[in-house]
Parts: sequence; structure tokens; C-alpha cells
Amino acid sequence: MKYLDEFRDAVLANRLLASLERRVSRPLRLMEFCGGHTHAILRSGLRQLLPSSVRLSSGPGCPVCVTASSDVDRAIALASQPGVILATFGDMVRVPGGNASGQANSLQEAKSLGADVRMVYSTLDALGIARVNPGLQVVFLGVGFETTAPTVAAAVLQAAAEGLTNFTVFSVHKLTPPATRAILDAGEVRLSGIIGPGHVTSIIGANAWEFLPRDYRMPCAVSGFEPLDILLAITSLVDMVTSGVPAVRNTYARSVRPEGNLIAQQWMRQVFQVVDAEWRGLGLVPASGLAMRTEYEAFDAARRFPLDLPPGREPKGCRCGDVLRGVVEPTQCPLFGRTCTPDRPVGPCMVSGEGACAAFLQYGES
Amino acid sequence: MCLAVPTQVVSLDGSMAEVDVGGVRRRISIGLTPQVRVGDYVLVHTGFAIEVLDEAEALETLRLFREMDEMTGLDNKFPEQVG
Ligand code: SF4
Repeated sequence: MKYLDEFRDAVLANRLLASLERRVSRPLRLMEFCGGHTHAILRSGLRQLLPSSVRLSSGPGCPVCVTASSDVDRAIALASQPGVILATFGDMVRVPGGNASGQANSLQEAKSLGADVRMVYSTLDALGIARVNPGLQVVFLGVGFETTAPTVAAAVLQAAAEGLTNFTVFSVHKLTPPATRAILDAGEVRLSGIIGPGHVTSIIGANAWEFLPRDYRMPCAVSGFEPLDILLAITSLVDMVTSGVPAVRNTYARSVRPEGNLIAQQWMRQVFQVVDAEWRGLGLVPASGLAMRTEYEAFDAARRFPLDLPPGREPKGCRCGDVLRGVVEPTQCPLFGRTCTPDRPVGPCMVSGEGACAAFLQYGES
Repeated sequence: MCLAVPTQVVSLDGSMAEVDVGGVRRRISIGLTPQVRVGDYVLVHTGFAIEVLDEAEALETLRLFREMDEMTGLDNKFPEQVG
């Protein structure tokens, strides 16, 4: 397929690997922010093929994983209200919460106990559910980074234009640059460079990462998701480390512009305001979340259904929080592959299609 | 969740478009990419085209690969196609 196959050329990949090997002058550790990259790196076998001096750590780029357990609890409580249909993306329904209700500990369990939980592919599908169920309240659980938030903003704008009164959004959207800052500020992992999230950056623009070289002297290469893309990003990070001149390199220019998608940014600004947000693994990160603006409070599930829940607890023994900060690898968790498997996930990092634990297990890392 | 796949636009209809996903037709919103034309490739994420793929930039990246590949003596670590 166009725009995919050319970037999977194995012959070229081999040559780029060899060229990379010659360029690396000292050991370095890079972080791929995005869980999509973690999966791509493991699926393609790149992890084993890279020069041994290049180590990769996965980062917090899995929206489902970083959703705080207290927010999962809130979503479960919302879904369990009478007259409510809770709609969300597929990954979210199996994520364990902090067991606040003592009953259902995931949306899936809530559903089996009678809650109306629906998986949707798009926010537009959630609007469709609201249109055909005027007597019920449709709450959309808005999870995701900057890639997804504009599509949720679009649904809110559409609902407002149509005058829909039974559609609200419970927004736990999160922003990636502040999380990256939080990881660098914490200083727990020594990084030489960051592989920037390609699709997030399609929205926010490569310029949004300029703070990395400026404030942290940290090279950043925005990367696509095919093996050659990732190799190119790693190579440009290695080159920047060697030259000692950190910068932001956009190695995914077919999809990412320096300024990003301005319409998407405008929609996000119109509907959401930036707030402090609780991340699993990172704790409270300043100015890292998106809440609904007061102008759109009629569509804000947090206002329409105020809930008072005890703070969430993390699943016992789960090190997902440490995995999300790149402090440990999934295989270092004692539960990995034993009590925690994709069929019976203990923590969210084993659930999601972007979770690092799920990727390591699926692609046989040990 | 940030998964987005390149797909070709088959037809346009106001703020919506029909795209071809592996032979299956799907309706998506082009509200975020109003500049899109029939035949363009877009990145589709949760039912929205979030960006129009830039062919010139894609070719430039492929050229860059070849430029980096200034060496010989490759050892075949990759079995066949990867990804
Ligand atoms: S393997 Fe399971 S229990 Fe361990 S950190 Fe990952 S998700 Fe948590």
C-alpha cells in the first residue's frame, strides 16, 4: 500500500541498521514517548536488531494506561447511573480501576452487571447514539492525547450546533509535552534523546517540541510508525548526540508540519481549557489535561453528574506507573506473564493496544 | 489509540469523504482537513482525516534513506518485509 510499503523495505532497513551501527560512538538511551512506537519497534524486531549500545525505553504515550484509576472509577460510576449510556473507545472498557465501588472494577464488568456501555469507533458514532436515544443521556468518555481531543471537540461543536441536550463528554484528555517535561524534570531516567510521537505531532506541530533542545538540551526526532521511519528518527538522534547540537528533527514530514493542524488546534482551544491533570505513574502534572470550557458546560459530564468518590488505588503489585516513566521494563514486573496477561490484565499497561506490557508479552520479549 | 492509517479519498460530500480502507469503503469527516481532494491520501484517526499526506515530503524522506545508505557490505538481519 502506498505510504506504507516503501517505509517497510527490508533491504534498505538492513543498510540503515548497518549505517547506524557505524554512527554510534557511545552508549545511549532514547525514549519513545508513544506506545504506538513501542509496539512498532517490537513487532518489526527492531529492538533486537539495533546496535547494542542503543537502548530504548518506552514512555507514557498510552492514553488508556495513563488514565488515573480514580478517573476509571468515575467512568464506571457514570456508566452505572440509571438512564445513562456510556460510550467510549474499545481499549478503555477493560482497564481496571481503583475498585472504588467495590463491585465492578472495569467498564466491562459494569456492563456485565447491567450498565449500558458501548464501544464506538468514532465520536460521531456516539453522537448518533444520542440522536436515536433522546430519552437517555449519552456520556462519551473522552480519553486520548492531542491526536484524539480535536475529534472529541468536533463532536461537542456538532452537538451544540444541533442543540442536542443528551450528549456530554467526560474529558480525561491529556497533553504530551507537559508529560515529557515531567519525566525529564523527575530525572529518574538518563535520556540522550526523545522519539517524538508522530500523530500527536501531526496535530500540535513539530515546533511544539522546541522546548526540548531549548530548555533541556534534549534532541527530539518526530517519527512515523514504519520501521524505516523509526530507524531514520533514531539515526538523526544519534547524529545530534554525536554533534552535540540538540534540535527538533521532523523525520515524519509527510504527515507532520512545523505548525501542525491549525484547525484541530482551534477546535481544541474552543471547547477545552488546559488544567492540571492526574496521570497514572506521573501523579499530578501541571497544565497537562483538557477540561471542558464553561461555555460548553452543558456538554460537560463532570458538571452534569457530579460524583464524590474516594481516591483510586493502584492494582496491587502492578508496576505500570514505573513502566510509564521508563524506570522499569515490563519484564521486570514480577506479575508480568504470570498473574498478569492480556486475558487477565492486572494493570492497564497489559490491556491497551499501546500498552508496553501488552507489547512485550505479545512479541515475546523476556 | 493514536493509531492513524494512510487511506485514499475516493469521493467528497460536504464535510464528509469516502475513503478506501483495504477495499472497504468508509465515511469519514474531513472537517480537520478541508483542503483535501479526491485521490489524496489522508491519515484517518477515529473517523476523522487528521492530516493530508504530503507526497513531495514522502519522496524527500525516501531520498534521505538512500542518502544515508552510503555503505556496502550489508548483513541480512531482516528476513523479508518488516512491519
Ligand atoms: S505486567 Fe501487568 S501488573 Fe506488571 S506492570 Fe504491567 S500491567 Fe502492571
